[in-house]
Amino acid sequence: MDFFRQHILTIVTFWPLAGMIILLFFNKENKTLIRWWANLVMIVGFIVSLPLWFWFDRTNSDQMQFVENVQWVRTLGANYHMGIDGISLLLVLLTTLLGPLAVLSSWETIESRIKEYYVFMLMLQTGMLGVFVSLDFFLFYVFWEVMLVPMYFLIGVWGGPRKLYAAIKFFLYTLFGSVLLLLGILALYFSYPSIAAQHPEIAAQFGSGSTFDVLAFHAIAPYLPFTLQYWIFLAFFVGFAIKVPMFPFHTWLPDAHVEAPTAGSVILAGVLLKMGTYGFLRFSLPILPDGTKYFVPMMIVLSIIGIVYGALVAMMQPDMKKLVAYSSVSHMGFIMLGMFALNPNGLNGSIIQQINHGISTGALFLIVGLIYDRRHTREISEFGGISNVMPVFAVVFLIMTMSSIGLPLLNGFIGEFTIMMGALQEHLWWAVFAGSGIVLGAAYMLWLYQRTMLGKIENPANEKLVDLNLRELATVVPLIIVAFWIGLYPAPFFAVLDKPVNKLVAKVRPDYFQGAPRLNAGQIGAPR
Amino acid sequence: MPQFFQMQDIGAIVPELELAVFGMFLLIFDLMVQNKRRLGYVALAGIAISGAFLFRLWNVEFFAYGGALVLDPLSLFFKAIFLIAAALSIAISLKYLDIERENHGEYYALILFSTMGMMFMAGAVDLVTLYIGLETMAIATYVLVGFLRSNQRSNEASMKYFLLGAFSSGILLYGMSLLYGLAGSTRFDDIAAALSRRPITDPISLLAMITLSAGMFFKVAAVPFHQWTPDAYEGAPTSITAFMSVAVKAASFAMMVRIFMIAIYPLRPQWIAIMAAVSVLTMTIGNIAAITQSNVKRLLAYSSISHAGYILIGFIAGNATGLTAVGLYLLIYTFTNIGVWTVIVALRRKDVIGEHIDDMAGLYFKHPGAAVLMLIFLLSLAGIPPTAGFIGKYYLFAAAIETGHNVLAVIAVLNAAISLYFYFRIVVSMFMRDATEKTGLTFAPGLSLALGIAVIFTMVIGIYPDPFIALARHAVPLGF
Repeated sequence: MDFFRQHILTIVTFWPLAGMIILLFFNKENKTLIRWWANLVMIVGFIVSLPLWFWFDRTNSDQMQFVENVQWVRTLGANYHMGIDGISLLLVLLTTLLGPLAVLSSWETIESRIKEYYVFMLMLQTGMLGVFVSLDFFLFYVFWEVMLVPMYFLIGVWGGPRKLYAAIKFFLYTLFGSVLLLLGILALYFSYPSIAAQHPEIAAQFGSGSTFDVLAFHAIAPYLPFTLQYWIFLAFFVGFAIKVPMFPFHTWLPDAHVEAPTAGSVILAGVLLKMGTYGFLRFSLPILPDGTKYFVPMMIVLSIIGIVYGALVAMMQPDMKKLVAYSSVSHMGFIMLGMFALNPNGLNGSIIQQINHGISTGALFLIVGLIYDRRHTREISEFGGISNVMPVFAVVFLIMTMSSIGLPLLNGFIGEFTIMMGALQEHLWWAVFAGSGIVLGAAYMLWLYQRTMLGKIENPANEKLVDLNLRELATVVPLIIVAFWIGLYPAPFFAVLDKPVNKLVAKVRPDYFQGAPRLNAGQIGAPR
Repeated sequence: MPQFFQMQDIGAIVPELELAVFGMFLLIFDLMVQNKRRLGYVALAGIAISGAFLFRLWNVEFFAYGGALVLDPLSLFFKAIFLIAAALSIAISLKYLDIERENHGEYYALILFSTMGMMFMAGAVDLVTLYIGLETMAIATYVLVGFLRSNQRSNEASMKYFLLGAFSSGILLYGMSLLYGLAGSTRFDDIAAALSRRPITDPISLLAMITLSAGMFFKVAAVPFHQWTPDAYEGAPTSITAFMSVAVKAASFAMMVRIFMIAIYPLRPQWIAIMAAVSVLTMTIGNIAAITQSNVKRLLAYSSISHAGYILIGFIAGNATGLTAVGLYLLIYTFTNIGVWTVIVALRRKDVIGEHIDDMAGLYFKHPGAAVLMLIFLLSLAGIPPTAGFIGKYYLFAAAIETGHNVLAVIAVLNAAISLYFYFRIVVSMFMRDATEKTGLTFAPGLSLALGIAVIFTMVIGIYPDPFIALARHAVPLGF
C-alpha cells in the first residue's frame, strides 16, 4: 500500500498505457474481448485515481502532493517530477471520469479497426493525464506533444467525411503553438541559472544549474525581467490559446469536433481544451505575473469576442454537433474571462467552470452521438418531437441543456455565477459582456432543444426511434450525477481550490490581499 | 609535435587502413565468388573489425603525420557514425541489389573506400589531407550513384552529381589555395593564426571564406547549392541514397566543424551572417519544396535538405551546446534516416518501384510492423517526442536560444511544424488509404536487422538520451 501511495501518480498516469501494451497482443478479430478489456482498463483507471480525492490533504491544498521526483535526463537537468495540487486534482479526476465514459460510448459505434481504436484511446488517456501531473517542463512538453499523435489518428481514421483535413489541421495548429511554447520554455530554462545565482535561497532549494522544474520557475517569477516575461508570455499564449481555443485561434475546433468520432469529441471538449486553460493557470500566471498583468486587456478582449462570436455562430448552425462545438468556443471564452479577472472569485469560477464544461459539453457530445447513431444525421431540421418516442433521452438532454445554460441547482450555475462575481469585481463591462454570453447561450441551447425534442413528430424517419439502452444510459448518468453534485453542494470542490487559487492571486497580484482589490490594467508598465 | 613521419603515426590510421585492405581484398575476392552476397558479409566483417580498432583508439589523442591528421574525440565520434551508417547501408543493400540484378563485388568495395575517405575527412586538420579524403569519398560515391548501369535515371543522377560535385570541389580548392597563399601553410591552426593577424574585412580573406563556404554548402546540400540533391537521391540505388543521406552528409558536416570552427574561426563575425541566411533559406525552401513532392525519394531528399538547414543552427550558435547539437543531431539522424530508407528499400519488389507515395497506400493493412516503424521514423524526423528526433531538434533550438538567436529559433521551429505536414502525407497513405499494390513485401534478414537497430536507437535516444548527449558533448573540440 505504501508503494501504491508513493507512486500513485505514476500508476494513474501509466495504467492506461500498460493496458494498451497488453491490448497489442490481443487478436484483432476478437472484438468482444478487446472491447471488454479497454473498458475494464479505463474503469480500473478511474478507480485507481479515486484515492487521490480521499487522500488529498485539503489543509495543504496549495502544496504539491503525491510528489515523485526522480532524475531523468541529467545532462539537461530534466527530472521525472510529478505532483498535484487542488487545481490539477480536479482536472485529473475529470480526465479519469470522462475516459471510461468515452470508451464505453464507443462500444457499438466503432466497428472498423477496433483494436487500433482502443489502442489510441488508451494512449491518449496517458498523454492527457501526464500533462496534468507533470511538474517538470520537459516532461510536460513530452506528454503535451505525445498526445497529438493518437488524437490525430482518432480523427483521421474514425472521423467523418472531411476527417483527413480536420485531423491534419488539428495537428498542425496545435504543433505550431507548441513549438513556440517550447521556445518559451527554453528561454526560462536559460534564464534560471543567472537568477538563482543572485538569490541563494532559490539556489539552495532548486540547485544552481539549469532546470526544467516548474516550481523553480515559480520561485524565480518575481525576478524575471519584464521584457523577458513579455516575450515568454506571448510564446506561451500562442501555445495555450490555440489549445483553449481562444478567438482568433479557434478555427481548428469546429472542424476537429465535427469530424471526430463521438468519443473523440467528448475527450477533445472535455479534456483537451482544459490543457490550454491549465497551461495558463500553471505556467503563464504564476511564472509570468508582470507579463500576465500587462496582457490582461488583450486577454479580456479576446475572451469577450470569443464569448459573443462563439454564441452567435452557434445560434446559426444547422448541424447539432457544430452548434455544440461553437458553444464550446463561447464557454471557453467565459472560462478565460474569469481566469484573467485575476481575483479569487474569477479564478475559482474559472476552474469550476472548466470541470463543468467538461461534464456538460462532454455529455452534449455524447447526446448528439446517441441521436446520430440512430439517424446517421445531425441536421437539426431532420428532427422534431423526439421526446415523444425517446422520453428518457429527452430528460437526459434537458438536464444537460439546463446545465450548459447555467440553471440554478445544476453545475453550470455555480461556475457562471462565481465568474460573474469575479468579473464584476474588476469591471462592470466585463460582467455585462459575460452576461450577454449567458443570455445567448440560453437562447441557442433552448432553441436547439425546442426544435429537436418538442412538438409533434413530422419526419416519418423519427417515428420508430428506440430509447436509450442500459449501456447508453450508463455513459451519461455519471455525468448527470456530478452535474447535480456540483450544482447542489459545490463546497468540496471549492475546498480544494481555495488555497491554490489564493496562492496564485498572491503571486500575480501581490497587492491584492493588502487592500488593492482592483486591477489597474491600464497602468502596468510598458516594456522596459 | 614531430615534423616528419614516425612509425607510431600508422597506429592513428589503423581503422582506415583496415578498410582499404578489406576493400582491395574484396575486389580480388569478387573474381572467385559466385554468390555476391557473401561479399557483402565480408564487407560487414571489415567494418566490424575497423570498428573494433576504432574502439581501441577511443581515449587516444594525438597529432599524427606532422600535424596533418588528428586523433581526437571529435574525429572518433564521426568515424563511429560513418561506420554505423556504412554497415547499415550494406545490410539493406544485400537483397535490394539482387532485385535490381546488379549485385557486384565492386559495390561493397566502393562503400568501404568511400567510408575510408570520410574517416580521413573527420580526422583532417590540414587542407591537403582534407581534400584527399573528400575526393576519395566523392569519387566512390559518384560511381555508386550510377551503379544501376541499365537504369537511365541512375546514370543521369550520377552524371549530374559528378559534374556539380567536381565543379564545387573546384571552388572549394580555389578557396583552399587562397588560404594557403595567405598563411603559407595548409594546417588549420596556422591558417587561423594567419587570418587573425589580418583585418577582418580583408578582401582576400573574405574571398577565401566565401569560396570555401560555397564549396561546403554544396557538399551538405544547402540552398542555393541544393539542386543536385533531389535528382541524385532519386536516381541513385535506394540503398546508396540512404548511405549518402547519412554518411556523406555527416562527413561533410565533420569537415565543416573543423573548417568553420578552427581554420576560419577568426572570420566568424563575417561568416555567421552568411550562414544564418543560408540556414533560413535551406530549411524553408527544403520544407516548402517537399510539400509538393509525390515521389517519396524526392520528398525525403528535400526533407534532408531542410535538416541540413537545422544543423547549420549549431554552427551559428557556435558554442558548446551548438556543436554538441550538431554531433547529436547527426547521430540521431543517422539511425532515423536509415530506418526510413530501409522501409523504402523494402518497398522495392520485383516489378514494383515502390517510390511513389501511392505505393505506400494501405501498407499498414498488409505489413503493420513496417508501417508502424515508418511512423516512428517519420515522427522522429518531424521532431515529435518521445522519439530521438525531438532530442536533436531540442538541442539545436536550445543552442539558438542560449546564444540569443531568437528570430532564427522561431523560424526553425515553425519550419519543424511545417515539415510534419509532408511527413504525414506518407502516414495518411500508409494508414488511411486502401492498399492498391498486391505484391507483398519480403523482409530479408539484413533489412530486418537494420530496421531493428534503427528503431531501437530512435526510441532509446528519445526516452533516455543521457549517454548519447554525453557522447556528443565529449566530442566537442577543446576550447568550446
